[in-house]
Amino acid sequence: MATSLGLNALRLSLSVLRPSSCAVVPCQLTVAHKSHNATHVINYRRTRAEMAKAIRRKQNFLHFELVDKHRHSPLQTGTENISQETEVTAPRNYRYVMPEFMPRPDWERRDRVLEKLERRDMMRRRAIMNIPEFYVGSIMAVTVADAYAPSKKNRFVGICIDRGEYGLKAYFVLRNVVDGLGVEVMYEMYNPKVLSIEVLKLEKRLDDQLYYLRDALPEYSTFSFDMEPVQLPKGADVPLNTTKVKLKPTKEWECRWEAHDLQGVQPFEVNEKRMRRKEKSAEPWKKHDLMLDYRSRVPEEEEEQVMAEVFREKQVIDSQRKSMRTVLKKRK
Amino acid sequence: MATLLSNASQFAPAAVRLGTTCCAFSTTSKLLEVRLLSRMRIVDNSAIGRAAAEIGKPPRVIHVYNKKQVGHLGDKVLVTVKGEMRRAYIVGLKQKQRPNVPRTDTNNIVLVDDNGNPLGNRVLVPIPSALRANKKGDLTKVLSLATKFV
Repeated sequence: MATSLGLNALRLSLSVLRPSSCAVVPCQLTVAHKSHNATHVINYRRTRAEMAKAIRRKQNFLHFELVDKHRHSPLQTGTENISQETEVTAPRNYRYVMPEFMPRPDWERRDRVLEKLERRDMMRRRAIMNIPEFYVGSIMAVTVADAYAPSKKNRFVGICIDRGEYGLKAYFVLRNVVDGLGVEVMYEMYNPKVLSIEVLKLEKRLDDQLYYLRDALPEYSTFSFDMEPVQLPKGADVPLNTTKVKLKPTKEWECRWEAHDLQGVQPFEVNEKRMRRKEKSAEPWKKHDLMLDYRSRVPEEEEEQVMAEVFREKQVIDSQRKSMRTVLKKRK
Repeated sequence: MATLLSNASQFAPAAVRLGTTCCAFSTTSKLLEVRLLSRMRIVDNSAIGRAAAEIGKPPRVIHVYNKKQVGHLGDKVLVTVKGEMRRAYIVGLKQKQRPNVPRTDTNNIVLVDDNGNPLGNRVLVPIPSALRANKKGDLTKVLSLATKFV
């Protein structure tokens, strides 16, 4: 096979040789002779039939358009002008509404195929169970399947103090004080054990994480289990709760909060030693580090592309749910 | 501390009686594991537990009844309360837990006697529902005292 290919290549190269490149002939010949021993010879000059065969879509082959949309290198011919099917663009703040759909910013560990598959699975889950929009600071109720409870269900109400991770592993943490005991539960949003997620009061807080509520007075994280959901007027912005919580007077907190630049905490004083320590551990240059900022985020084009896809699928799911509701109403 | 308790009283009557924390200062390590000499909080209404909370001396773990010597939810521990050795079950941990399993602000135990019968007759704080999945049957007497599951 190798010899026939080599001869074929030689014949083709000879047939297209122009008079100006006659000097190259000996060189070409030597190459062809050498290739008799080589195991693999690349045939750059393919016949039309061969080209057609190579281009044909294969069953077990993920086409590069699906995977390699990110590679806009001018060196890669054929990848510069890929038609984008994104007529629908997501709203600008959509990445804050559904942050778990964002690709992981750590580009070294990214896997684009996995991301795409995960996004598909997440959307499938959302088609079955409604996951509402929520933020850190919203008061939520979660029902999980509990095989050992008499009602086979377990409902917990609390304030969302944290949310994180990307993809199917996305989680949030609820906190409440029950009978004087602070209780926190971490739920995975796409865990099949989670039966329903409700938002009782949609609002934001001044900080990204509210772990300082552990060291605040218990009244700030006490919520009734039979709380009625608070309805927001249609089209209204998500309200920002500017409550400033009061930390416990004992300074033996679980974290040195003075070093964390908290917005939602009433001003407090700590001793000189701790202030010195805070100054020593401060990293004021970090906010000017452009590369750090760049590495902690996904490129904007990619974000837009992903979010448009998510937005489109979400609209389909919402319309399906709406039509289902009207059908159910008519049946009644 | 007094001001804190008076503030908390309207929200957490049970906490006031038991003391909000196990100890005035934290000496546990970063992982918050229940190991030898870690301080716990008794959450049943046994007389000895209440007396220990009143004098402000938290019970300390002196043995964990498993191979790893690290206590997890539902594990049996041996504690010293007011100079006495008592057995107890762990019913709440500060440490990070699995999804859907609650983490509490204090390390909680319920005292039992040598036969496994609880010393008190009521557990005053909510207990993780995940403990009911424990199939060994040791905990059933403790769980029957619970007033609330989370």
